[in-house]
Amino acid sequence: MDGSPRSRTLFRKVWDAHLVRDETESAPAVLYVDLHLVHEVTSPQAFAELRERGLPVRRPDRTLATMDHSTPTTPRVNGRFVIADPQAAAQVERLAENCRDFGVPLYALGSERQGIVHVVGPELGLTVPGSTIVCGDSHTSTHGAFGALAFGVGTSEVAHVLATQCLLQRRPQTMEIRVAGRLTAGVTAKDLVLAVIAHTGVAGATGHVLEYTGAAIRSLSMEERMTVCNMSIEAGARAGMIAPDDTTFEYVAGRPFAPAGAAWDAALERWRALGTDAGADYDAHVTLDASHLAPMITWGTNPGMGLAIDACVPRPAGEADVQEKALLYMGLRPGEPLLGKRIDVVFLGSCTNSRISDLRLAASVMRGRTVAAGVRMLVVPGSQQVKRQAEAEGLDQVFLAAGAEWREAGCSMCIAMNGDALSAGQYAVSTSNRNFEGRQGKGGRTFLASPLTAAASAIAGAVADPRPLLAGWEKA
Amino acid sequence: MKPIRTFASRLVGLPVDDVDTDQIIPARFLKVTDKEGLGAALFADWRYDAEGRPRPEFPLNRPEAEGARVLVAGRNFGCGSSREHAPWALLGYGFRAVVSTGFADIFRNNAVANGLLPIALRPAAHAWMLRLALEHPRVQVTVSLERGIVTLPDGATESFPIDGFDRECLLQGVDRLGYLLGVEQEIGAFEAAYATGVSTLPGASLR
Ligand code: SF4
Repeated sequence: MDGSPRSRTLFRKVWDAHLVRDETESAPAVLYVDLHLVHEVTSPQAFAELRERGLPVRRPDRTLATMDHSTPTTPRVNGRFVIADPQAAAQVERLAENCRDFGVPLYALGSERQGIVHVVGPELGLTVPGSTIVCGDSHTSTHGAFGALAFGVGTSEVAHVLATQCLLQRRPQTMEIRVAGRLTAGVTAKDLVLAVIAHTGVAGATGHVLEYTGAAIRSLSMEERMTVCNMSIEAGARAGMIAPDDTTFEYVAGRPFAPAGAAWDAALERWRALGTDAGADYDAHVTLDASHLAPMITWGTNPGMGLAIDACVPRPAGEADVQEKALLYMGLRPGEPLLGKRIDVVFLGSCTNSRISDLRLAASVMRGRTVAAGVRMLVVPGSQQVKRQAEAEGLDQVFLAAGAEWREAGCSMCIAMNGDALSAGQYAVSTSNRNFEGRQGKGGRTFLASPLTAAASAIAGAVADPRPLLAGWEKA
Repeated sequence: MKPIRTFASRLVGLPVDDVDTDQIIPARFLKVTDKEGLGAALFADWRYDAEGRPRPEFPLNRPEAEGARVLVAGRNFGCGSSREHAPWALLGYGFRAVVSTGFADIFRNNAVANGLLPIALRPAAHAWMLRLALEHPRVQVTVSLERGIVTLPDGATESFPIDGFDRECLLQGVDRLGYLLGVEQEIGAFEAAYATGVSTLPGASLR
């Protein structure tokens, strides 16, 4: 590609390979999209636009829809889902109608493959290294864990991709997030990414694509890498990426839509060449050491307001008014410890932490223990596949025996569109990704944390450090 | 999409930093299948009390806000969710421009796609304009997209950056889909030459 440096970053290689037309001073690049994921909330107006202009979906074979945001996660009634909210029902029906009319494959409510869009893509082998993936959803960054360039777009852009399989984009800058060391027991990928965001702040990576590098990242499983890349958007980043390696290839191999046979061998050769070249430059750098991290939790009303779980609520300083506003909303006092803070709800789920490894982690702490009196715990698997797998392993029984609710797959209380919501004033420990005011229900107050911390807090009925509950744990 | 050129307007000040799209329009209003009527839900959880009555002290509910087309928010506006309902709600209310120190990437794209002008000012100018909006809500400024400047009542001007392509789209009121459709031949050629490991879905067989 003209003007491309000889040593290139992972991002630049994927970007260059998808340029239909390079950017110029007067016009953005035309970027080809390999996979377009669609859900019911951000697509109806886009399909309407196509209808208005009489346009077809250009590549239904590169488009996949599922239902997740406004769908119920309450147990089925006589094997059927019941959508109580007529507006949500109409939205779900509209997606089904649009997919029918435009020939777009759909995993609808009731399908064995339905689930949160960012859980479904990877588990089906649709998310592969080196590809470009977009969705009308900011957490599309999740798929970057595979070395894909994946980012969220608005509904106008959903229409662009439906109609042309392309997007107009200015080339973003790059930022390396190098994480050395290794996570210690009880500290998870969620804690790592919360620490990254606490470091950058919510706008620190605006205009950038992140690449996570370093020993700590290499040692993460694919599901852990997805948790990390998922929250890149909370630092303001356009996307987050991790160079593919054997961990990636092993995960992708054999999945329903993964290349097979000779196509697999050819793909593997291309994928192995994707990593950032020695000597390639990033526009910015951040370094962190995973070995020093403790379990993290947020205290405020954006994901950048995170701290070690045994730290105290900070005293407003610097941008003090933002922090004071957050403290007021959260009903917290400066200097107050978070450990031991009473909670009402625990939410285990969302595209950040609802995969099988997340459920296993939480179950490992909850086995033989019970949810504290007065605390409601929802366990919402990310997809029907995750749900079936968890049930095959007996994890559902662990959660049910502990007194938690075992739900159908979907976004649920992460966004509180489907009736699963906090009431005003309630405190929740959530494994989701946003603690914005009202995000989990009007007036609800969210502490973001890992599945381990969520489980430990459910048992304690208060914010709790999971480490003492781990087998063989001794406080140093 | 309505073109933007030059317009004069009063300012509404919202002195909150890091306003996220969940505040601009809470998720429970996203169950719509069109873009209409979202202006009423703009900033709903700040704007109305528990009974749904307008809170008189909230900036958008003050009489001076009536008819204002420029929102001056705190620093860093529009982070979080990709919901395009955010600019739809701002436009539905009547805003044509939002002033901040910076905008989240997706919000900025969504705003431009709908004819809402994101005006990013340098921090000192932003702070000054926010104070002006709060202390002198009846004052008028003039926004000129052609020149990329905001003119204050005393004649002083502040310039703001805007991508040349975005500016053309906003000035003409044309949307980007038309442009992309014009690239059709190149897209076809790209696809014909394209060999990736990305498996495509066997369309209809999935249903
Ligand atoms: S789980 Fe939450 S963050 Fe993820 S796609 Fe659903 S609503 Fe968005």
